[in-house]
Amino acid sequence: MERKLKHVTVPSSEITPHSIYLSRRDFLKAAGVVSASAFLAACGVKLSSTGGTGSGSATPTVTQSPPVPDNAQGQTTDELGSPLNTFDQITNYNNYYEFSTNKQAVNPLSKNFKTTPWAVEVGGLVQNPKTFGLEDLLKFEQKERIYRLRCVEAWSMVIPWNGFELSALLNEVQPMTSAQYVHFVTLMDPTQMPGEGDPLYPWPYSEGLRLDEAMQRLTIIATGLYGQPLPNPDGAPLRLVVPWKYGFKSIKAIVKIELTEKRPQTMWNTISPQEYGFYSNVNPQVDHPRWSQASERRIGELSRRPTLMFNGYADEVASLYAGMDLRANY
Amino acid sequence: MRGWICVPTISRKKLKITWLQIVIHIFGWLPLAWILFDYFTGRLSVNPIQDIEQWLGRSGAYFLIASLICTPLHTLSGWREPLKRRRALGLYCFMYVCLHVLTFIGLDYGFNLQLIGGVVLKKTYAIVGLATFLLLFPLAVTSFRWWMKKLGRKWTNLHRLVYLAAVLDILHYAWAKKGNLFSLSGDILRPLLLGVLLLFLLVLRLPPVRRWASGLRHKPIYRT
Repeated sequence: MERKLKHVTVPSSEITPHSIYLSRRDFLKAAGVVSASAFLAACGVKLSSTGGTGSGSATPTVTQSPPVPDNAQGQTTDELGSPLNTFDQITNYNNYYEFSTNKQAVNPLSKNFKTTPWAVEVGGLVQNPKTFGLEDLLKFEQKERIYRLRCVEAWSMVIPWNGFELSALLNEVQPMTSAQYVHFVTLMDPTQMPGEGDPLYPWPYSEGLRLDEAMQRLTIIATGLYGQPLPNPDGAPLRLVVPWKYGFKSIKAIVKIELTEKRPQTMWNTISPQEYGFYSNVNPQVDHPRWSQASERRIGELSRRPTLMFNGYADEVASLYAGMDLRANY
Repeated sequence: MRGWICVPTISRKKLKITWLQIVIHIFGWLPLAWILFDYFTGRLSVNPIQDIEQWLGRSGAYFLIASLICTPLHTLSGWREPLKRRRALGLYCFMYVCLHVLTFIGLDYGFNLQLIGGVVLKKTYAIVGLATFLLLFPLAVTSFRWWMKKLGRKWTNLHRLVYLAAVLDILHYAWAKKGNLFSLSGDILRPLLLGVLLLFLLVLRLPPVRRWASGLRHKPIYRT
């Protein structure tokens, strides 16, 4: 996939406008899906059709689900009918190793975390590199999205996030045509985040997405939950939320977003590449090498429930991976 | 090893209870009391089943290591009593391991054999955990004097399996964590420390090391 490209300076008149670039991508993607579907149809594989959009999917089990609404204000369940987790549950059970590996200790330890002033530097392969204050980011169209969060440790929650689509931010800074990935970095401040003094981890935390994943409408930057500013244990003041991937991809307390040509280094992938892949899409059929991902415990429930392909968002995101071997690209 | 088989017969009149016994039995029940207290006072996290499961597993590992401290402690200090307390420590270990296994099967997986099979037969951490349990089972059953007498020398050899069980137990612990034991990164500090302690305890059992170590406490005599 990755080719070395020679760096050349291009006059701005020759650069494809971003919207055209994106529609071209859509066309290529659609073409890929069509040919993949044709191939699968030829093999006798039955595809679940998803209406007139022509986006079939090359994944084995695809759940039919209504699309995730943009504004879920006042709703008490996700689009599949599962009730929301409580504010208490969401703010007292956090995997946030910058503070502690103990999920209950994160809340008290993050109590005095300073989130103002805050600046996010957006740069790399973009036309308009820019540093945003939190106030600037809150000007992007705010949405309320109810998402399932599936941790790689096989527990899950349903969370009502407030935030904006990452694509809005990326459109503002205009990725160059050479940009293929988005790299995110967490604040590095061991005086405030005691866990960052632990030498067993390659701090600061960093994560990455392919550009088309970052542009997907479900990918948001959350700035709040339950209508309140994002609580400190959940990644205040802003975090990524990619609901069809394992929770660790949704990086917290972001200070830097960089567009790159090469696939960026990410923390868990650096620690254990054979266990935490770059994609890390929720997939009940592809186990973590050491533990099973077939089922999960929804916080607040006693029995386990089966894990859904792409965490139940297959209709919206499976086309991003059409034709890819999800076992190899875990 | 033999020292333990020849437990001095306690006369019925003088059933002497030592402070070490009291400490062991208090510590033996403490983890169970602690987790029950946390449960009933709402101190557990919003994922209580996982909390209980991990707590019981960890407690089992601590008692397993504690039971292996006794022999080196005797080697180094000459204090004989810890040798008599190995059985109690081993049985507390087995109690917590059993509770841990029951929690896994019953509370965590709701006796869903299909799901359990998918995990236990496929995942190394679970296979290693199951192996630890299966190794500890006969040791717990044969830990009583009747079995010692019946098995004789075979008993000693059988109970050497505890070394293997301890190694597997630490591996099970480390592999259940998000980290990488081989690159020494991630959330592996506790299993790592236990592993280092275990290695130290096992090395102290090697005959030449043991001879050297027990020689240390006789040194002052040779010097004069």
